[in-house]
Amino acid sequence: MKIRNRGESEKNELNMTSMIDIVFLLLVFFVMTFKIVELEGDFSIKMPLAGQSAAQVDVTELPLKLRMRADSQGNLAGMELNDIAMGSDDVAFDKLRNQVSGLLGASTPAEMEAGEGPEIEIDTDYNLRYEYVIDAITAVSGYKDGEQVVKLIEKIKFAKPRS
Amino acid sequence: MRVKRKSVDIAEGDMTPMIDMTFQLIAFFMVLINFAQTEANDNVVLPNSRLVKPPEKPLEFPIILHVGVDGRIFLGGDDYTPETLKVGLDRELAVIRAEGKSTDDANVIIRAHKDTAAGNVQEIIRVAQDSKLTNFALRVKEDRS
Repeated sequence: MKIRNRGESEKNELNMTSMIDIVFLLLVFFVMTFKIVELEGDFSIKMPLAGQSAAQVDVTELPLKLRMRADSQGNLAGMELNDIAMGSDDVAFDKLRNQVSGLLGASTPAEMEAGEGPEIEIDTDYNLRYEYVIDAITAVSGYKDGEQVVKLIEKIKFAKPRS
Repeated sequence: MRVKRKSVDIAEGDMTPMIDMTFQLIAFFMVLINFAQTEANDNVVLPNSRLVKPPEKPLEFPIILHVGVDGRIFLGGDDYTPETLKVGLDRELAVIRAEGKSTDDANVIIRAHKDTAAGNVQEIIRVAQDSKLTNFALRVKEDRS
């Protein structure tokens, strides 16, 4: 007698198709909306209104003024901190940083913490590229010592725009 | 006579590894997705600085101004020039005043393109000062090199 093959037990498999459809849709959505996050930060600039600033001026503080000149292409042509020329090459910003930290040598860290530090005014040519202004702000506001950020000048303001 | 039932051969591959990988990918993208990217503007490439750190808490009452390379200013979907910017700023300030805050509480965040003229940024600050705004932040990209 022939024995029936009883091995064909019923397979009860789930139907995966719809799940895979949805999963792929989700995947496509996330891939499309994906954007690498760039970390951003701020340099804060306090520009008190003309009336208020007159009262706050401290005569004992040494006024720092950074003049930035541009050529016709908008590149940096020259930079002067209180009439000390810094040049316009790659090392100009390092020179500026050293000059600023030299000038600040006298003020104590406690004064700096209290926000009593000196103030710098940036006076730039109209067509200078903004990137150079940020480089200058970076140079005067501090430097990195390993992972530690050493702060120099925290009060930065802009002069009136030159037309 | 008995007719033998033909068993249809279904070529079924093993789906398990594929589904595993797909779920892993979904988990990866879900963790990394950031919906708070609405601040960005395609016209703006920020300059770099090694000193900035992402703020621990976002600034209160921000007014975000995007400045394109040609000096156009984008504020909340509209574009302005330095001459017309006052209209946009006043509209933002009306919202801030409606919340019972003054102009001293508002922060103007300037996201300017790295190749734009520095004078454009100065003009914006001048216009904002005319509207009695005093707190400004220049947004830059963190350079970790």
